[in-house]
Amino acid sequence: MNESSYRIQGNTGEWEVVIGLEVHAQISSQSKLFSCAATEFGQEPNSQVSLVDAAMPGMLPVVNRECVRQAVRTGMAINAQINKWSRFDRKNYFYADLPQGYQISQLYHPIVGEGSIDVTMNEKDPDSATRAIGIERIHIEQDAGKLMHDQHPTMSYVDLNRSGVALMEIVSRPDMRSPAEAGAYVKKLRSILRYVGSCDGNMEQGSMRADVNVSVRKPGGELGTRTETKNVNSIRFLMQTIEYEAQRQVDVIEDGGVIVQETRLFDAAKGETRSMRSKEDAHDYRYFPDPDLLPLELDDAFLDECKASLPELPDAKRARYERELGLSAYNAAVLTAEHETAEWFEEFLRANATAQGKSEADVAKQAANWLMSELTGVLNKLGKPLEESPVNQSQGAELLALVADGTISGSIAKQVFEIMLETGKAAAEIVEEKGLKQTSDTGAIEAEIAKIIAANPDKVADYKGGKDKLFGFFVGQTMKAMQGKANPQIINDLLKKALD
Amino acid sequence: MSNLTDLGVSAIRNGVLSGEFSAVEVAAAFNAKIVKAKALNTFIVETPDMAITAAQAVDDARSSGKPLGKMAGVPIGMKDLFCTEGVQTTAASHILEGFVPTYESTVSANLWKAGAGMLGKLNMDQFAMGSSNETSYFGNVISPWRQGNDPAPLAPGGSSGGSSSAVAARLCPAATGTDTGGSIRQPAAFTGITGIKPTYGRCSRWGVVAFASSLDQAGSMAHDVRDCAIMLEAMAGYDPKDATSLDTPVPEWEAGLNSDMRGKRVGIPKEYRMDGTDQDILDSWDKGIAWLKDAGAEIVEISLPHTKYALPAYYIIAPAEASSNLARYDGVRYGLRDLPDGAGLQDMYAATRAAGFGPEVKRRIMIGTYVLSAGFYDAYYTQAQKIRTLIARDFEQAFEKCDVILAPTTPTAAFKLGDKSDDPLAMYLNDVFAVPASLAGLPAISVPAGLNKDGLPLGLQIIGNALDEQGVLNAGLAIEERAGFVARPGEWW
Amino acid sequence: MSIDSETVKKIASLSRIAISDAETTAMVGELNGILKWVEQLSEVDVSGVEPMASVIAKKSLLRDDVVNADPNTGGNVRDKVLANAPAKEGSFFGVPKVIE
Ligand SMILES: [Mg+2]
Ligand SMILES: [Zn+2]
Repeated sequence: MNESSYRIQGNTGEWEVVIGLEVHAQISSQSKLFSCAATEFGQEPNSQVSLVDAAMPGMLPVVNRECVRQAVRTGMAINAQINKWSRFDRKNYFYADLPQGYQISQLYHPIVGEGSIDVTMNEKDPDSATRAIGIERIHIEQDAGKLMHDQHPTMSYVDLNRSGVALMEIVSRPDMRSPAEAGAYVKKLRSILRYVGSCDGNMEQGSMRADVNVSVRKPGGELGTRTETKNVNSIRFLMQTIEYEAQRQVDVIEDGGVIVQETRLFDAAKGETRSMRSKEDAHDYRYFPDPDLLPLELDDAFLDECKASLPELPDAKRARYERELGLSAYNAAVLTAEHETAEWFEEFLRANATAQGKSEADVAKQAANWLMSELTGVLNKLGKPLEESPVNQSQGAELLALVADGTISGSIAKQVFEIMLETGKAAAEIVEEKGLKQTSDTGAIEAEIAKIIAANPDKVADYKGGKDKLFGFFVGQTMKAMQGKANPQIINDLLKKALD
Repeated sequence: MSNLTDLGVSAIRNGVLSGEFSAVEVAAAFNAKIVKAKALNTFIVETPDMAITAAQAVDDARSSGKPLGKMAGVPIGMKDLFCTEGVQTTAASHILEGFVPTYESTVSANLWKAGAGMLGKLNMDQFAMGSSNETSYFGNVISPWRQGNDPAPLAPGGSSGGSSSAVAARLCPAATGTDTGGSIRQPAAFTGITGIKPTYGRCSRWGVVAFASSLDQAGSMAHDVRDCAIMLEAMAGYDPKDATSLDTPVPEWEAGLNSDMRGKRVGIPKEYRMDGTDQDILDSWDKGIAWLKDAGAEIVEISLPHTKYALPAYYIIAPAEASSNLARYDGVRYGLRDLPDGAGLQDMYAATRAAGFGPEVKRRIMIGTYVLSAGFYDAYYTQAQKIRTLIARDFEQAFEKCDVILAPTTPTAAFKLGDKSDDPLAMYLNDVFAVPASLAGLPAISVPAGLNKDGLPLGLQIIGNALDEQGVLNAGLAIEERAGFVARPGEWW
Repeated sequence: MSIDSETVKKIASLSRIAISDAETTAMVGELNGILKWVEQLSEVDVSGVEPMASVIAKKSLLRDDVVNADPNTGGNVRDKVLANAPAKEGSFFGVPKVIE
């Protein structure tokens, strides 16, 4: 999509929306950033809290190597600058979900610097434009606890299970210009994080949430004042937030008001954003280097391991599928969009190559087409993801091999597949039992042809009179008489002999 | 049998080991003495039973032929800054009154492992902020020393004033202290005892209520250098729970004690000859120089050009860190909660902290908040940290010319309680000689050098290079042997 | 830079310490005295000097990612965590209701 296409129509003319995102992604680690309490989701309140996470007197933070490693690998995945020297700072403020009275974060020297992500507006549509969205920085910080307001009339309850869980804050440039673009950016970012394995990208469980910075301006004009809507936890809400907030800002400005830089909250029920009362008072975070922690110095061995352990990333994979496997841009895009899909497909590819004794490139198209039509159709009906496919890679490959070597026709393959799903039996076994093998027994076919010719003297006459189209009718009748098991080529040859 | 409470760490350890007396006898003797010394207000909590239990364990171990630890049978006082499992830990504050840790600080745990027992939790300046022990919520600690027969109470120094007073009054043979800007050395000097602050990172800070993280360091306070060495050996050691803990083995300091200073160069920093320093102090410094010469040392003049900036830099850095470290005292998870009618969360914080912190703590939190606040951070905090770099550099260059540095511990002897309590700056100046080593994270000891004309103890300070506690202890021992300090306060209480 | 009672009130509020007018007045004098005294630091030429990053030069040690590797800093200690809570509500800490 081109930058200027999304516009808000105000009374004073068109408005452009400027969007920047701060995505908080929970780093996949067993234990917390600064303590060895578990990070597992949905446990008993305050059961996964160490004395460190509860900020008991005299408790000290010790950095979890895996969290540093995953942040570095993520930085490498977006071709960002990795800072071999970084440092943790304290962000000081008082809130009930923040036991220490400060959040340990990285303001002055983040671990990851400038990078960028190529975002295709619609990965299903290879022709849709691709834009590079700038990443300003990625820093590591600790998550806060959780407050519950609905448990008691006059009290809020504090659960510190999340307190101290490691987050990456991925800060984009204000490079996005539409809700759709912001949505596509988050989808792509999530895909990369999952490929890298640094975050499960599970927005429902809050493993990924975005602070949405929105401002409006006359196209190409001066940047307007932005608002930051906190903790938006789904792509749909993200897009709603931007639509609502942009419209609200335009309305305010056109009514002669001014936008105040403030923190807002998205109300999913109402589909609106509203000012956050608890964050009203002007903050002065008094950042300073955390004296409990030494600067983080990364050596080459560490960085080399991070680099070496990176998987092939979606863009590279997509290009390779087109280049080396000869897949269509569309198929390549769909198969690489999610790490799980690509992994399943590649296993499937190996299985087909083995089953047919051919190279992966030679079986790729057949495998991709079957996966995306037949298998996907079934999975959609069952409402299951590919990883839970009732038919595994080798079973699927066995079926396709039978088609490839002419044992069964494509149409029979569909029947066989359905029986496989019902009975869980192997393709060959089904073909055997149900006698679905294509026959090349010319005698049998000739016999049927003779009957059909005898039964349709008029059509035969018309055909001979020049109605060539009728040939298809005879093929169809013959195939029907053979219950679809006859080799189409042989039917053609025999019919020609019999009719001409 | 000699009076057990007159004995120090090594004498008690050796006596218990040889069977001359039992650990339980020792613990009982000190318990009895503590009961009679309430007037000094040295303890916030007394734990006589714990002392006996630990002692009994040592006696049992000995009778069953088990090997005994470095501190076997030695009952000690524990500064109330160290979290002790099951025993109230308050940092002498109201906000932590009634707080009973469910965990044991690494340093205290190390001591118990070494066979020491706990006589009680020692009073101190609130959150270790003070130099006279007048900021404790539990009342002032009184020094056992008196100026002649003037009954006016004297300051035991601070913040480890309960520790210094208790050791000087022989209520315990040794005590833990913590030193952020002189809090072990200055009270040791005021009360005629020995106290050492090791290199930053030698003793784990895990479980020690934080004042200023980049400065806080635990150390030992006792009657002499040997006792301090023994106890420090038991306290120190790498702790993976403290990211700033030094991952290096603890030397056998006691075994390494040697007062022969031949071949050693002792640096005399000319910048420490400040006006406002008592003549008595300057005289004792000259004596110290003579003693170390006599021990074979070569005396060299050195320069620490940024000395005068150390104290102001300290009073930016320490409060800044404290303002953040003390933010956790908010009435939510432990300690005092003051919830006025209809108060919201933020009102509760403000009320709780107003009621829970003493004036000096509030003052430092507010200075720290101010110097870190928007627009002032660079002018104050960054500038101070740069000057801290220069101060550390001064020492590095000095240690190219000398092995240890000799200086006074304090500019004056102990003063009367109340003398400086209404003038923060005058109070801060007490630590002018102590703070530079703290900012540079260097090991430093204070040993008694004699009495001033009013009969009050004076201390001499030895500052060593990073990790050279041995050099510090040895020079301290050379002074101790020559000073022949035997003076003791009369037991007027 | 000299501070007035407004500034002191602002600092007190940032520090979450309730302060009376009398305390404010006293604090203005004390803080100004201390701040005036630390001003002398500005006379030091620190050009080219890095702020101290760590007291004793040593490499930062990183922890292995092992759950409850050390019971002292691990989880599953809810009773210990809640033991000293001034307002314990079941398995939670209670605070005055917060409106977000
Ligand atoms: Mg944000
Ligand atoms: Zn953040």
